[in-house]
Amino acid sequence: MKKKVLTVDDSRTIRNMLLVTLNNAGFETIQAEDGVEGLEVLENANPDVIVTDINMPRLDGFGFIEGVRRNEKFRAIPILVLTTESDAEKKNRARQAGATGWIVKPFDPTKLIDAIERVTA
Amino acid sequence: MDMNEIKEIFFQECEEQLAELESGLLKLNDGDRDPETVNAVFRAVHSIKGGAGAFGLDDLVSFAHVFETTLDCVRSNKLEPTQDVLKVMLKSADVLADLTNAARDGGSVDEARSRTLIRELEALANGETPAAAEAPAAKPAAAAPKAAAPAPVVEKPVVNDEGFQPIPFSFGDFDDEPAGHYVPTVQVVFKPKKDLYAKGNEAVLLLRDVSRLGDMSVYCDMDSLPTLDKMNPEEAYFSWKISVTSEKGEDGVRSVFEFAEWDCDLDINTIEEDVVGEVTEDEEQPMQPVPFDLSMLDEGGSAGNDEPAVMESDAAAAVAAAETATKVAQAASRAADNKAASAAASAASAAQANQAAAAGQTIRVDLDRVDRLINLVGELVINQAMLSQSVVENDANGTSSINMGLEELQQLTREIQDSVMAIRAQPVKPVFQRMARTVREIADITGKSVRLITEGENTEVDKTVIDKLAEPLTHMIRNAVDHGLEMPEKREALGKNPEGTVRLTAKHRSGRIVIELADDGAGINREKVRQKAIDNDLIAADANLSDEEIDNLIFHAGFSTADKVSDLSGRGVGMDVVKRSIQALGGRISISSKPGQGSVFTMSLPLTLAVLDGMVVTVAGQTLVVPLTAIVETLQPEASAIHSFGASQRLISIRNSFCPLVDVGRILNFRATQANPMDGVALLVESEGGGQRALMVDAIQGQRQVVIKSLEANYTHVPGIAAATILGDGRVALILDVDAVVAASRGQSLRQDISLAATG
Repeated sequence: MKKKVLTVDDSRTIRNMLLVTLNNAGFETIQAEDGVEGLEVLENANPDVIVTDINMPRLDGFGFIEGVRRNEKFRAIPILVLTTESDAEKKNRARQAGATGWIVKPFDPTKLIDAIERVTA
Repeated sequence: MDMNEIKEIFFQECEEQLAELESGLLKLNDGDRDPETVNAVFRAVHSIKGGAGAFGLDDLVSFAHVFETTLDCVRSNKLEPTQDVLKVMLKSADVLADLTNAARDGGSVDEARSRTLIRELEALANGETPAAAEAPAAKPAAAAPKAAAPAPVVEKPVVNDEGFQPIPFSFGDFDDEPAGHYVPTVQVVFKPKKDLYAKGNEAVLLLRDVSRLGDMSVYCDMDSLPTLDKMNPEEAYFSWKISVTSEKGEDGVRSVFEFAEWDCDLDINTIEEDVVGEVTEDEEQPMQPVPFDLSMLDEGGSAGNDEPAVMESDAAAAVAAAETATKVAQAASRAADNKAASAAASAASAAQANQAAAAGQTIRVDLDRVDRLINLVGELVINQAMLSQSVVENDANGTSSINMGLEELQQLTREIQDSVMAIRAQPVKPVFQRMARTVREIADITGKSVRLITEGENTEVDKTVIDKLAEPLTHMIRNAVDHGLEMPEKREALGKNPEGTVRLTAKHRSGRIVIELADDGAGINREKVRQKAIDNDLIAADANLSDEEIDNLIFHAGFSTADKVSDLSGRGVGMDVVKRSIQALGGRISISSKPGQGSVFTMSLPLTLAVLDGMVVTVAGQTLVVPLTAIVETLQPEASAIHSFGASQRLISIRNSFCPLVDVGRILNFRATQANPMDGVALLVESEGGGQRALMVDAIQGQRQVVIKSLEANYTHVPGIAAATILGDGRVALILDVDAVVAASRGQSLRQDISLAATG
């Protein structure tokens, strides 16, 4: 069965790249534009893994991750953070919020898929 | 969708982000300290950087990175966004826009300028206040003509590129290790904390990844496991001792634990080969085999169904399973849910679609499609008019249901037309925003302090009009700042605010858009303008001109009052070019000026270039359309009002003022001799320079909205004719270029082949 990925990113460019990459790799992809929408679609999307950006309007990645982790049903979902900064502080905040791992942008398809494979069974 | 399409989306998005960036920075400049504004500004740059990285646009990425770093200082309150800081940032936003455009269209950017700004931004990020001395120093470099510079040395800005290093975790070909060469054995002691599970990491997945590195043996230490009644299912009780022999060595193993290393006690060591034996056979450490099978993961979590089987083995195993029970159960339930979800896949995706529809209130449509639709609607309008006409001709009764239906059709057609036009309508905001940059740049070069106030940015007008508006507007703003506003010292001496104001306003006025550009500068120096006009032989030395006429002199070709030609306004284009481009859009421009208080330029433009309200007239048997906007009034000349003047000129007196009479038929070569003014109708029109002319036509047929068909696109440009249209009876009618006809009447005759076009 296809694994389902929920991607949360405010950039249309990145959303499209994720969509193409993930679909080509045989994933089912559901997309949200920010943290608020991400939490809204979570219930129906029921993803196997979440890929989220950090800097987003309305609700940023940190808040979104915390929201997912507070959700009784979805708190164990692996969450990968898409980030352009590799500095320890941002990673650390994402981790404290409950991120499982991270992908440094710009990502190439292999890198993205590897990271997803890595946190999903 | 392929990468090129995504790239196109990226550039579209860049434009939006750049607009967001600029408006955010301007808000900050006005004292807005809302953290969300700072965030939005930061996000804009961040998004551009992210996308640019994906497409390998390195110049863009490195500049955006420096910019972003400095913005981050503002965001974290390490840097106060003072006016000086924002000045640097606004300039940086301009450079970012240039870099984006260069990345898209392949042009070049001002390397010196971006290098200077990178230095300034870095200085800000390092807590230095913007050095006032640096700005002027940068100016000559920025203004230096690019062409004169030798092949530009592309100096990579010093940027911490760490953010763009790929994370190394390819697992490589661990299967074909060359025999007989040393392969390190790594020993790992791995004790997860409960946080590791809370964050969605999974010990078993980590073990799986280690196992993929090479030969692995693993032992689980379950000593700290409490009895069932004391056990917390979310706590972590196990630890593992792993020994793996892999080409990747210690680093390879470390990279597996990259995501987990904060949430576990991890001890990774490379051991000598002979030590391997000691560890694995160490009787001192009672280790038991891992009580669950890694292979269960290969079935994608479906092993969760075998949970009882795992639990049966022995007590220890049961509790071991308990540790991962929550995880496995969750995985299993997720798997189950997935099945349910896949059954309801269509429902879910439908819900998704609904959400998308609710979220997005705009759609992106290719401009070509809209244009095609507009063309088709144009055809529809013509067709509908033709249909009405033939029905009227064939149906003498005029009361039949056909007529009723026709009327409804007419109304619908009009509504469709308006709606389609509305699709092309865009707010003038992007153009106005670009002007902010123009003002900044000129203020910088002239050393003047200028504030641009924009109003009515959301006023909508046809996209074509917007596209063509930028150039004349830029030029006018340059003029307003360069010539209009005084230097700060002078303003202060005059008791004005040293900071000059340029106000750009857009509003709708009776079916047209009116754009006003007002400055609070010195106003037009009429003495100087007059003298200049005399020097340039534009007017006679003793000409008696009204203030309005003097002001309008600046629209004459080659007119510039600046004492010396500056880099800004004196580029060989004067206000005459501005006027011509506005007229080419079917617009008018006028000026009013008060000495010492400033000038106001008012442009009035049609909302669309696709349709036109016109007056259908007959001239020498030909049907012509005169744009309604040009017509001031229509009148029936009386013999007493006509006065001859010179050889062939005639004047008409209207309310005690004389106005030249222009015989359209003669000018367009429709007839060889002048028509008798008493036989026709005079259309009083506004002409260049603010004066009026009376156009002589034979008769007025009526007033109609016509669809503009370009003559250039379908035939060739014809002097005196702006475009063509198709009337209700299917005949082609030419749309008169009023200004060209008026100009021709002043002796600049139109080309002789004009009669060729007048085939009606």
